[in-house]
Amino acid sequence: MSALTQTRVAAPVTFWKAFVRRPEFITLSLIVIFCVVVGIISPSFLSIKTVTDTLRASLTTGIFALGVLLVLAAGGIDVSFTAIAIFSLYATTRLTLAVYPDAPYLLMVVVGLGMGLLMGLLNGYLVYRFKVPSLIVTIGTQYLFSGFLKAFIGSRHIMDIPKGLDLAGTTALIQATTSGGARVSVSIQVLVLILAIVVTWFILNRTLMGRAVYAVGGSIPIAERLGFNVSTVILFVFGYAGLLAGLGGMLHGALNRQANPSDLVGSELNVIAAVVLGGARITGGTGTVLGTMLGVILIELLTNNLILMGVPSTWQKVVIGAIILLASAAFARRGKT
Amino acid sequence: MRSLLSDHHLRFLIASLVVILVAAAILSSGQFLDPYNFQSMAVQVPEVGLLAIAIAITMISGNGGIDLSVVSIANLSAIVAGLIVRSSLGGAGQGTLYAIAFVVIALLVGTACGLVNGFLVSKGNFPPILATLGTQFVFVGLSVALSGGPSVSLGETEVFSQIGNGVILGIPIPFVVFILAVLGFSWVLTHSRFGFRLYLLGTNAKAANFTGINNNTIMLFTYTLSGVLASIAGIIIASRASSVKWDYGSSYLLIAILIAVMGGINPSGGWGKMLGVVLASFALQMLSSTLNFLGTSNFLKDFTWGLLLLLSIVLTGTRLSGFVKPKPVRDS
Repeated sequence: MSALTQTRVAAPVTFWKAFVRRPEFITLSLIVIFCVVVGIISPSFLSIKTVTDTLRASLTTGIFALGVLLVLAAGGIDVSFTAIAIFSLYATTRLTLAVYPDAPYLLMVVVGLGMGLLMGLLNGYLVYRFKVPSLIVTIGTQYLFSGFLKAFIGSRHIMDIPKGLDLAGTTALIQATTSGGARVSVSIQVLVLILAIVVTWFILNRTLMGRAVYAVGGSIPIAERLGFNVSTVILFVFGYAGLLAGLGGMLHGALNRQANPSDLVGSELNVIAAVVLGGARITGGTGTVLGTMLGVILIELLTNNLILMGVPSTWQKVVIGAIILLASAAFARRGKT
Repeated sequence: MRSLLSDHHLRFLIASLVVILVAAAILSSGQFLDPYNFQSMAVQVPEVGLLAIAIAITMISGNGGIDLSVVSIANLSAIVAGLIVRSSLGGAGQGTLYAIAFVVIALLVGTACGLVNGFLVSKGNFPPILATLGTQFVFVGLSVALSGGPSVSLGETEVFSQIGNGVILGIPIPFVVFILAVLGFSWVLTHSRFGFRLYLLGTNAKAANFTGINNNTIMLFTYTLSGVLASIAGIIIASRASSVKWDYGSSYLLIAILIAVMGGINPSGGWGKMLGVVLASFALQMLSSTLNFLGTSNFLKDFTWGLLLLLSIVLTGTRLSGFVKPKPVRDS
């Protein structure tokens, strides 16, 4: 115990050195380089508005990414979370409109979370019960959920969403007018992301389940010998990813003020890329909340601000691809297996 | 035949094919069995089937192998070939020379793209999912930049359009190409030195290295082959559409992955057969044709595809652990 306290005391001295060695440092450096370059080319980039816009764009991706992080850390992969998210949002919206149109947002979120959790648990159950790679299971469930939603629940785009959802999307936490006259606002939904970050960080770093997640991601036989119940861990990570997917879906609906059953599905690789750019290995056993958030910010900065750099829209994808490759090169050079 | 039925995965695929066929025949009161219907199915399978083979071989190579860039390679090779051929040979009799030039250029571009992927994954030590996601963006971006965005028409091309639309002995040419690719790859995987090494690499890269295999060379070759297969798919797509565009077949990527894993390819590497991929592509195509025939919602297709994949997991999975002692979880 005393040894632990000692390292804590010594920490500030070596903090920077320790941080430079971490994979998050690469992500952070890329963000800083990107901001400096764009800032030089287009000074209007360096404004409060960029910060709030990036934050807004990162909300949904960030929540999805936290779920993906847990699954990746446990050595799995989940490509069904977008289908879960849009399923939760759309089914909840239809249910609310049919049964209780004045339902408060919180109640809707609870319903959405419940649906997400159930779908996530189904993923987890299939993975551990039938011992198949999770990529196979989640491709199957992605088709299943998204197909079920559109074939049986509805394929119509809902524009007039319930009041509760609408209000949750338009309420601002902070609102201000900058000197330039641009109105900036930070949605109340930021609190949801912060809550998700805190809870995920707590699970990964302060609970036995967090240890178990990394252990299972590192090596299943070793985790078993350490006494961890592997099936519980698998069920937990997929259930948690489903829960966050449901939450992200509700958030997506609130921010865009619509429920479109064809939304989101197809964007899962970008989220997975964000998590991997944040330093989590695709092979499992690693990954941090900080890195994941940095990865999300990097991806959102890239996809939303290249136009400011003077990159013609036709060449933007080339630049995004090049930066993804650059970041992967940086990770590959760190000598991982 | 005995070996066919002893593989529980192939058994499941064959059984589901039979069930779908019988159900479709009964529900459509025989109309489904019309040769014309089979011909139209045979036209639709090859494009995504070829991409599924490309993804399958990268999955077999292990190390989290996957090629997310196949669709973008298909479009890029068709666009480059289309633009070059149109500007140099366009108008001056779009005959055999036009077709040959298009095919050769497209294959060269596919090879080059595959080499880039292979280099990144082998020498560069990039995680395949990131490397091919990055190159996917780059290839799509190049396609957009070169073509300017909208589709580029190839005009009236007599010989070239035969590749996608022609028929030999009642069999559509794309299907012939697909079957030839399947036969070729099954031979390569089961009888050639490369195939043997590929499976070994996918099963245990370290062991493969200790037996004196140059893992990087095998990996480079695998991703290059994947690029070549993707460009063949691109040629067929271009020929059928008689135009090229950067976002043709944008839904194909996930379907190709779906076919590969449903065909019994293990995404963790070292396991899977070409026959499984073929049967899976047939099963999915028949399912969607059946639903089409019955006039059901288009979205029911996605649902049944997902259901079929999960069913294959549940049925073949229980067979694995039902009689023998359940194995500890290997992958999650």
